[in-house]
Amino acid sequence: MEQTMKISSSPHIRDKETTTNIMGKVLVALMPATIFGIYNFGVRALALIVITVVSCVIFEAAFQKMTGRKVTVGDLSAVLTGLLLALNLPPSVPFWLPVIGSFFAIIVVKQLFGGLGQNFMNPALGARCFLLISFTGRMTTFTYDAVTMATPLANLKAGEHVDVKAMFLGTTAGTIGETCALALIIGGIFLIVTGVINYRIPVWYIGSFALFIMIYAVASGRGFDVSFLLAHLFGGGLMLGAFFMATDYVTSPITPLGKVYFGILLGLLTFLFRIFGGSAEGVSYAIILGNLLVPLIERITVPKSFGKGAVKHE
Amino acid sequence: MGLFTFKGGIHPYDGKDLSKDKAIVDYLPKGDCVYPLSQHIGAPAVPLVKKGDRVLVGQKIGEAQGFVSANIHSGVSGTVKTIEPRMTVNGTKVNSIVIENDGLFEEVDFKQNVRPLDEMYREDVKDAIKEAGIVGMGGAGFPTHVKLSPKNEDAIDTIIVNGAECEPYLTSDYRRMIEEPEKIVTGLQIVINLFDHAKGIIAIEDNKPDAIEKLKGLTENIPNITVNAVKTKYPQGAERQLIYANTGRQINSSMLPADAGCIVHNIDTIVAIYNAIIEGRPLFERIVTVTGDAVHETANFCVRLGTNAQELIDAVGGFNIEDPGKIISGGPMMGKAMFSLDVPLVKGSSALLCFQEDMVSAVEPSNCIRCGRCVEVCPGRVMPNKLADMALHGDYDGFVKCDGMECCECGCCSFVCPAKRHLTQIIAGTRKQILANRKR
Ligand code: SF4
Ligand code: SF4
Repeated sequence: MEQTMKISSSPHIRDKETTTNIMGKVLVALMPATIFGIYNFGVRALALIVITVVSCVIFEAAFQKMTGRKVTVGDLSAVLTGLLLALNLPPSVPFWLPVIGSFFAIIVVKQLFGGLGQNFMNPALGARCFLLISFTGRMTTFTYDAVTMATPLANLKAGEHVDVKAMFLGTTAGTIGETCALALIIGGIFLIVTGVINYRIPVWYIGSFALFIMIYAVASGRGFDVSFLLAHLFGGGLMLGAFFMATDYVTSPITPLGKVYFGILLGLLTFLFRIFGGSAEGVSYAIILGNLLVPLIERITVPKSFGKGAVKHE
Repeated sequence: MGLFTFKGGIHPYDGKDLSKDKAIVDYLPKGDCVYPLSQHIGAPAVPLVKKGDRVLVGQKIGEAQGFVSANIHSGVSGTVKTIEPRMTVNGTKVNSIVIENDGLFEEVDFKQNVRPLDEMYREDVKDAIKEAGIVGMGGAGFPTHVKLSPKNEDAIDTIIVNGAECEPYLTSDYRRMIEEPEKIVTGLQIVINLFDHAKGIIAIEDNKPDAIEKLKGLTENIPNITVNAVKTKYPQGAERQLIYANTGRQINSSMLPADAGCIVHNIDTIVAIYNAIIEGRPLFERIVTVTGDAVHETANFCVRLGTNAQELIDAVGGFNIEDPGKIISGGPMMGKAMFSLDVPLVKGSSALLCFQEDMVSAVEPSNCIRCGRCVEVCPGRVMPNKLADMALHGDYDGFVKCDGMECCECGCCSFVCPAKRHLTQIIAGTRKQILANRKR
């Protein structure tokens, strides 16, 4: 008996939550948006999602095998990266494009920096931006019901009327997963309620962005234009970005206060890019830029340790 | 709200239902009793007996060396068999007095130690506590008379009795509060009266409403004692967190509770003070919870110190599986894994916790995913993920700069980490290393 008793230092119990569980929950949270995307854009969207997920997993496993590391695709993080990347693609891109995107996400952004937890940029977003720069035309052509058309956000920028209700429900042009604000909000709430993500980043991101938009609306003479605000909130990648990309553990601040700063920073950057930038979209670039500033944000938001600076009680 | 608490902490499965309804049962040892001469912080005691001597229950057999040290008393009557190094719970051999138990439990006359309280000066009370060999019985074993002699006695305004019992599975304090609450109140009054400006607080987690009610009822008409319900959360009973929850005062690792005007005692220590002053009985027994999913029955035993741990397992009918995966002396968060049951129970032994499976060796640590859970739960408000990284890279300066020394080794970070990193182990090990380097 003496030999079978395990010795280790305390604590001797562990919470049930594991990395795999967490990734699984995020995948579940993305299901409403994924299913809606397939419903909205058809089997082509489904095919793109499968190709992206499968190639992400294969690239990760192959890289880890070739470099003699432990193969960790079982933790589902590559599956998640693949799904997020697919949801960020227009439904009309050719099938080889997500394979290139997956390579960039997994090999360049994630594995070359040391694998899970080491990358400084969100792999899915890094790949999306890479694709946007390399294949601008293909990545910015949106078709809806077999007709090529502009996204609502581009219409908004051009000063045209947009249908806010359709944007909320997602029956518009856009990338596979971003159009349905409703589905994304449901998923986001699920993540917050189950404790997978903290409310701070999405709330401060969306909140500060809304505030900047309203200030702009009033200052630019539109007045207190609620439908302009709602169109900005439901349009483009904001909901997908705020709930699922900005909250990526690895590339967002770990400190509670840092999450607040990060959210506000993203709100400001997204506002600037969307209103003053060349394209209608701004979420991806805002988050990527924000990712780069995370080490700095963390450095200035280190929590004060318990009892620091305490004075003796006389 | 209205509950007293601190920031951070965790809510593990508490396992208290297993043993909380088991009344305290006296357990008298059958075999030899072993008394390590070092069961406390400070200098080891020196033996007062030699081989062949006959000793009685309650007889002083080890004498404290210097102020920070503690006397040791026998829990059985019999003959001194030998004095030799014996294995202890820590896995180290410590010089110990071994007594061959004659099974008679013949006691010294405790009454001769008792003096009317109103005839005792404060120094007399402290001397009696020192004489009785009382140490903090939560595990660390800091001599109680030292705690009761702070530099600035006038600054002490709060005596806190730690009835939080926040460690999962442990129920010994709970049973004491239910069964012998009067002793706790009287013991606390003895301590309060050692100071000019002190009042007493009994802090109990709100998952023990019956204990709260009992003690509230008993202290209703005692103006200088209050009973505080504190939030059920681990580590509510950690000294620094408990002081903060009850007084709003913070202390850091380089300060003592006395620097916040507080002295904290746990339940068993307060009862030991009662026993010493009112009944003249030195510290030779304590309550040990035997629990976990690997034992046939659970129990709360009042055991004689020096009893062999195996005896208690036998007393509950043994294990229900052939090879329990892990046996812990104390609670699952801060207790020590035992490699043998052939060790004596000592002043700091609060429980024998027996698990069928070991949860820790079942999982393998993986990469940190920067989820922030460890930061969120750390009651020390440090960043365990960062400290562990620095520790693994040997960056001790960075470790100290990031307040790594403020870690109280509570285990919350390891508990929550989804990547199953051994954060507490890494951080605690580094702290020890740094402390050792400083001494050199
Ligand atoms: S809990 Fe574990 S995985 Fe999460 S940040 Fe801390 S060390 Fe990393
Ligand atoms: S770093 Fe220390 S104090 Fe903080 S949770 Fe971990 S063990 Fe507890």
